[in-house]
Amino acid sequence: MSTSTKRIAIAMMALSLMAACGGGSDASSAGPPGAPTLEKESAGGGEGSKAKLLTEADVTLGDIDAGMAEKGKTTYDVKCQACHSMGENRVVGPGWKGVTTRRKPEWIMNMIVNTDAMLAEDPEAQRQLEQCLVRMPNQNLSMEEARQVLEFMRTL
Amino acid sequence: MKRPLLFTTGTLTLAGLAFVLANSLPGCRPTTTQTVVTGDAASKVYVKPGTHDEFYNLVSGGFSGQLAVYGLPSGRLLREVPVFSVDPESGYGYSEESKGMLMTSHGFIPWDDSHHPEMSQTNGVPDGKWCFINGNNTPRIALIDLGTFRTHSIIEIPNSAGNHSSPFTTGNSEYVVAGTRFSVPMGEEAQRDVPISSYKETFKGTVSFIHPEPETGRMSIAFQIVTPAVDFDLSHAGKGPSEGWFFFSCYNTEQAYSLLEVNASQRDKDFIMAVNWKMAEQLAKEGKGKRVAGKHYSNWWNDKTHSSETTVIDDVLQLDPKEHPGLLYFMPCPKSPHGCDVDPTGKYIVGSGKLAALIPVFSFEKMQKAIAANEVEGDFAGIPVLKYESVLHGEVKKPGLGPLHTEFDANGNAYTSFFVSSEIVKWNVEKLEVVDRVPTYYSIGHLCVPGGDSKQPWGKYVIAYNKITKDRYLPTGPELTQSAQLYSIDGDKMELLLDFPTTGEPHYAQAIPADLVKPREVKFFKIEENQHPYVAKGEKESRVERKGNEVHVWMTSIRSHFAPDNIEGIKLGDEVYFHVTNLEQDWDVPHGFAIKGAANAELLIMPGETQTLKWVPTRVGVWPMYCTDFCSALHQEMQGYVRVSPANSTVPLKGETVSVDAGV
Repeated sequence: MSTSTKRIAIAMMALSLMAACGGGSDASSAGPPGAPTLEKESAGGGEGSKAKLLTEADVTLGDIDAGMAEKGKTTYDVKCQACHSMGENRVVGPGWKGVTTRRKPEWIMNMIVNTDAMLAEDPEAQRQLEQCLVRMPNQNLSMEEARQVLEFMRTL
Repeated sequence: MKRPLLFTTGTLTLAGLAFVLANSLPGCRPTTTQTVVTGDAASKVYVKPGTHDEFYNLVSGGFSGQLAVYGLPSGRLLREVPVFSVDPESGYGYSEESKGMLMTSHGFIPWDDSHHPEMSQTNGVPDGKWCFINGNNTPRIALIDLGTFRTHSIIEIPNSAGNHSSPFTTGNSEYVVAGTRFSVPMGEEAQRDVPISSYKETFKGTVSFIHPEPETGRMSIAFQIVTPAVDFDLSHAGKGPSEGWFFFSCYNTEQAYSLLEVNASQRDKDFIMAVNWKMAEQLAKEGKGKRVAGKHYSNWWNDKTHSSETTVIDDVLQLDPKEHPGLLYFMPCPKSPHGCDVDPTGKYIVGSGKLAALIPVFSFEKMQKAIAANEVEGDFAGIPVLKYESVLHGEVKKPGLGPLHTEFDANGNAYTSFFVSSEIVKWNVEKLEVVDRVPTYYSIGHLCVPGGDSKQPWGKYVIAYNKITKDRYLPTGPELTQSAQLYSIDGDKMELLLDFPTTGEPHYAQAIPADLVKPREVKFFKIEENQHPYVAKGEKESRVERKGNEVHVWMTSIRSHFAPDNIEGIKLGDEVYFHVTNLEQDWDVPHGFAIKGAANAELLIMPGETQTLKWVPTRVGVWPMYCTDFCSALHQEMQGYVRVSPANSTVPLKGETVSVDAGV
């Protein structure tokens, strides 16, 4: 660094001290040094992590509805089957046979529609991730589609 | 922010002195990399990790043929959008679906020189929907969809050569224009095979008006106006009172066809050409033009089939202004004008004569009066030339050397770049007075103010796009980076905040508040809506089929495997088409696909999309394929094999994924 540049740097440091201690300056200079002026911008990503999870009361089961289950199977073929078998064995994720006896309906629904929130917060979901090591993708199913998939699971 | 007065004054005095020195020296270029940057510049460009920039900056890549996207004020590079040049990273121009985007009447053209991004507008204001950009070399205009940041439409411009004064828009993007740089002979073949020395007699210029369909973004040429042979450089639409007119700068009114450096710099004044486009539109509607030979391609990307669609058109509707008085006028403009910029009020047109030592500002109102009173000084090849004094609002005297391009803020100020004296000069449009100037490093071409060529500039910054960086960055061999420089224009004085390197040549740029673009973003393509002829909607539909020596693989990808991932029965002499459907339905989860020996590139497939790689194996063996885009902890497991047998082999064709749970 040349001598002249040093001087400028020192001058700048002194100035920033003055500004910090100046008092009475407008609010925009009150933030920490280097704070951007874009607080209104939300951080990207992580969407869904604040999603409200479904509770027991949100999912009611009756007798198995064959029509719903059939629609669930159609969605399964396109969006789920690549990773979940209809048997007991794990492919990428767990096999679905008997899943509705192992997991509560609202837990299953939350894994489908609130995937990121579950992986962030739910200990059981996290334990499963430790086994599978592939984050379950959020396949963006609607609530209705997810409910149909749940119905299909009940037939397995 | 409050700043001690002493420091501010000191800085200004120093900067002012430096400027005076720099400009009194021959060569006029500031020679030092060190500039006095005021104390809080860093905090003004600092964007905290995890937060977003305030503006998108869409910057042309020049001879890279692409469009780069930066955030402002940070200068962070977010994306390079492939437009006119193939892009092995995304497979653009390599995948079977995207090759059609680069088809022209000359065949497949994998490169171009992209110069001027221009945002689509609604009511004269950039709306964040599309960005247009011109390809110079093999004349084309592209439309980039800002929902996908992908090239959505490309149209070839016939009867044009060096498509430079393009693609500027009318206030509601009814049209974008394409003006030819080179005049050329046009029409049928016999009319085109002429001696170059017959320039004055047989060469013509054209300006084309291209209509993008508002719903689809498909482009077509509405009409083309034939002009006397000159070189067109830049253009801008009128607005407000001048709505309905378009202005083009032209040089080489000497009509030289060799050694233009000298021969096209003879006259003291060239022209700004004023086009009454509303009249042209009406004439075209009334069938007044005639269809002239001009084969051209219009390519469009279909987001449902995930494929390009090409239309070939054999001719173009031309209007001859000599048959339609009132359609075209020339305004004399010193000297080889480059920039042709209309201020936000629409009252003034600024010509930037790149060899001139002044900036002429024309008055639209005076132009209308001069037309009404027939104040002409003669004609140029049959087109009336209005008297300079009659159309002039006034001149900015001695503003600097080599004015190139001007944009505006919302407070009546203009910012003009000066290539020769490497500076930005701020001046008041009404008063024609210089109010500030700052040096740039070095040799600024275009500049950009957010919204600065529209009715409603957002202001805040001016960005310089420089041709030379010389000593400002770590050197990288004979070729050095090119750069942009960000200046604050909030205060009375322009203030340098940041240098940032750019990809390709940052020829021109536009900037827009991020809030106008972000809500448009497409996060993934719905698999249900995928109409690709070879889509596999789920692994159940994955398969391999033979059609003669073509083998088609319907392949799926999801974190983290392909189906099928074991393929046998391929024979030497086969052409294999991998149609890969990404089954993911979430944001930011593309999968890649590559196979050993592929003579093209990888595929990068967005969620819900299908793309095709053609592979022609040349040797017997077992060949690996894998996902190239890191997708999960088991990305490195996302792989498979293809067995290739001799041409006379009887190995049956099959594709499968062998699962531990295959029996269920």
